[in-house]
Amino acid sequence: MPPLTRWFIRIAFLYLVVGLLLGLLLALRPILPLPPFLTGTIPVYFHLFLVGWLTQLIFGTVFWLFPPADPPRPELEARLGWSALLLLNAGLLFRVVGEPAVALRPGSPWGWLLVISAICQWVGGLAYVILVWPRARERARAKGRREEAA
Amino acid sequence: MPALSVWFVRTALFYLLLGFTFGGLLLSNKGVPYAPALWRLRSLHIEILMVGWFIQFAMGVAFWIFPRWWHEPRRGDERGAYLAYGLLNLGIWAVALPLLFDWSGVFVTIGRVVEAAAALAFATHIWPRTVGREG
Repeated sequence: MPPLTRWFIRIAFLYLVVGLLLGLLLALRPILPLPPFLTGTIPVYFHLFLVGWLTQLIFGTVFWLFPPADPPRPELEARLGWSALLLLNAGLLFRVVGEPAVALRPGSPWGWLLVISAICQWVGGLAYVILVWPRARERARAKGRREEAA
Repeated sequence: MPALSVWFVRTALFYLLLGFTFGGLLLSNKGVPYAPALWRLRSLHIEILMVGWFIQFAMGVAFWIFPRWWHEPRRGDERGAYLAYGLLNLGIWAVALPLLFDWSGVFVTIGRVVEAAAALAFATHIWPRTVGREG
């Protein structure tokens, strides 16, 4: 398993744990006096699961499982892969901080943190798509066999 | 990776980027409001990422890696999987466009039926391939 895959998968599991703990806190709101900023974390809760956990688990596994690009481009793939990991996680962490802050103080400068978060996540997603697109391909042998049969 | 999986996966990647684009617009607009109308993209963002990215990607990878037969055709009857690809992508837009333009809920219902038909078609293909080594 390549190092990038290990990082994606380990971080994904951290998000799973954090997401479940946040879900527990949200469930306790009616019976415990919890800080009001927690109300602003409901969208964060969903994104911890869907971006932090599921998407990153897929990203890591795909990097490991998919056939190599043809021609191989290991340096470019490393740059794209690590950029995707850093940007996606930076974006998600900015959101974790920024979204409750904006919910508490709408119109405050904290809003710009959400703009930065959006840009980071989008560029991270783009880097990953550029990385994986040429690796989602038929192997030359299988393609040749199919063309022969035709 | 078989050709159909390439189609499933690349289409899923396209939806991933589209869904992230809509999500980015929604999030930035939440931080610094500049276009209240962008809020209409919320349902589309969810639909495109849940069905277009997650489900489509899972179908593509399942078609590729699930056990194959020792004899031809190695993946059995593939028609259900091809039908699923067509129906799923038709269904996504049949749901997404009415959500975006506030068309009647009837269109969304039709879209959901088409998506469910896609799931059924894929299940008919993958069911016999869900086996152990002993077959």
